Amino acid sequence: MKEKGVGEVKTGYFTFAEHPHELKLESGQSLGPVTLAYEAYGTLNKEKSNAILVCHALSGDAHAAGFYEGDKSPGWWDEMIGPGKALDTNKYFVLCSNVIGGCKGSTGPASVNPKTGKPYALGFPIITIKDMVRAQKYLIDHLGIKQLLCVIGGSMGGMQTLQWVATYPENVQSAIPIATALKHSPQQIAFDEVGRQAVMADPAWDEGNYYGKAAPERGLAVARMIGHITYMSDKSMEEKFSRRLKEKDYSFKFSTDFEVEGYLRYRGDNFVKRFDANSYLYITKAMDYFDVSADKLIPRDAHIDVRFLVISFKSDWLYPSYQSQEIARQLKIRGIDATYCEINSTYGHDAFLLEVEEETRLIKHFLNKTFKDKDITRTYEI
Amino acid sequence: MERLDHKIISGIIEPGSKVLDLGCGNGELLLLLTNSKQAKVQGIELDEQAIYECVEKGLSVFHGDIDSGLTEYPDKSFDCVILNQTMQEAKKIDFVIQEALRVGREVIVGFPNFAYIKARSMLFFRGKAPISKSLPYHWYDTPNLHFLSISDFKDYCREKGIKVEQRFYLGQKRVVKIFPNVFALQALFLISR
Repeated sequence: MKEKGVGEVKTGYFTFAEHPHELKLESGQSLGPVTLAYEAYGTLNKEKSNAILVCHALSGDAHAAGFYEGDKSPGWWDEMIGPGKALDTNKYFVLCSNVIGGCKGSTGPASVNPKTGKPYALGFPIITIKDMVRAQKYLIDHLGIKQLLCVIGGSMGGMQTLQWVATYPENVQSAIPIATALKHSPQQIAFDEVGRQAVMADPAWDEGNYYGKAAPERGLAVARMIGHITYMSDKSMEEKFSRRLKEKDYSFKFSTDFEVEGYLRYRGDNFVKRFDANSYLYITKAMDYFDVSADKLIPRDAHIDVRFLVISFKSDWLYPSYQSQEIARQLKIRGIDATYCEINSTYGHDAFLLEVEEETRLIKHFLNKTFKDKDITRTYEI
Repeated sequence: MERLDHKIISGIIEPGSKVLDLGCGNGELLLLLTNSKQAKVQGIELDEQAIYECVEKGLSVFHGDIDSGLTEYPDKSFDCVILNQTMQEAKKIDFVIQEALRVGREVIVGFPNFAYIKARSMLFFRGKAPISKSLPYHWYDTPNLHFLSISDFKDYCREKGIKVEQRFYLGQKRVVKIFPNVFALQALFLISR
């Protein structure tokens, strides 16, 4: 398995927005200095024209592919990134950075506030998807990349992908938003709010001031359990668990009788080991604020040259296909080159991480064409 | 081997045209138009596997149903809209044709001729639902919801005030000149408002 991928990888760190050049946020507040944790796979070509930015989802991080030294499990999208894979590292330079507000190496509520010498906690400013993308732009500029060949991501990664086009249309040649939406529906906001309330209802949360003490693990675990229910489908849960019991018979107690209960508890308990509860609040809020509907994605009279591949999954009820169709519809109204495909999957929202074969078929050829067209334009320019 | 209907359609399309193919299948026709006419093409297709084949050809396609209309396309946003061999499978065919005429300056409609001689004789002499080269299905597995002849389509255009610019009648290998409603397997109409 290891030989087939990008091999051993290390996380890099880039710090910017030092005083007095703090990052001005959408809320009006500022943040600085800002550190981004990022990873890169493949080689940036001389023209710097083969860079692909991968944007991660709510609980993701910069570790999209490869293995850390001594680690058994690879990055979260390892099946899609590597030599000969959908994002072919023999051809492309693939980048992924942890979002600001996150807890995997980028500046977030768990980071130390240089002004106080203590973790920011709720002193961390509210961030938006636009702020996340603006921070990524600093990294792209730092690497000397003028135009990204492609920005790609699923779920919240798809929101960042759309935001890239909205904010920096000149710097993006193509975009692949997967299982995402132009804005959260009330249902999506509702699920996020229940997750946040679960965290905040945990006494250990203590208005966010739990650093150095016991973290609100129960609350965050419950939030994650709810999340996992929304990432699966009725059918995938039936296939995975049915009504199977962990033991031979009912316990007639409130213990985990059913496999599905055990799975959710396991997922919840595992999540708290690797994720900061305050980050969960900040990032879900950013998703709820996100809105590039109507003319906010691309103004009606704008002439932008970005190709789109929009992908959704049939059984995804958290980000239903109609939301992706709306993205495609808005693009078509504006005469923008777009392909839309609904992949027939039973995995629900999780499908964007699991339906590797179908996604590869679409993404590989879409990128091929995008890269080839770029070559042609370059030749004409000379 | 190049399909006769594709060859005729390619002959109609002006070089550099903007073309929308409703029910583009695996994108064979769109690829032909891209390569031979430098057309700027888009397709709409319901079948997921066909979408993959289109993307492999480098085409831009929308996975969806043509029955829900073309609301996202402004009026006259295409030089030509193609409805080849898909019209008979659409549910709201009149609506689809009207929408095609709205978003396209011209529309090419291609359909199997139900009044083809072999279909007629099968119905008349054998008393059975016709099966022919252009209608190769049994009554229980056909995707076709509408059965029409060349005469039916002419009547339709007359009733709806649709202008017929050109007509082509196709046999198995060549164009049919005499009594097309009897001898043509399929027909191609170039229509406009």
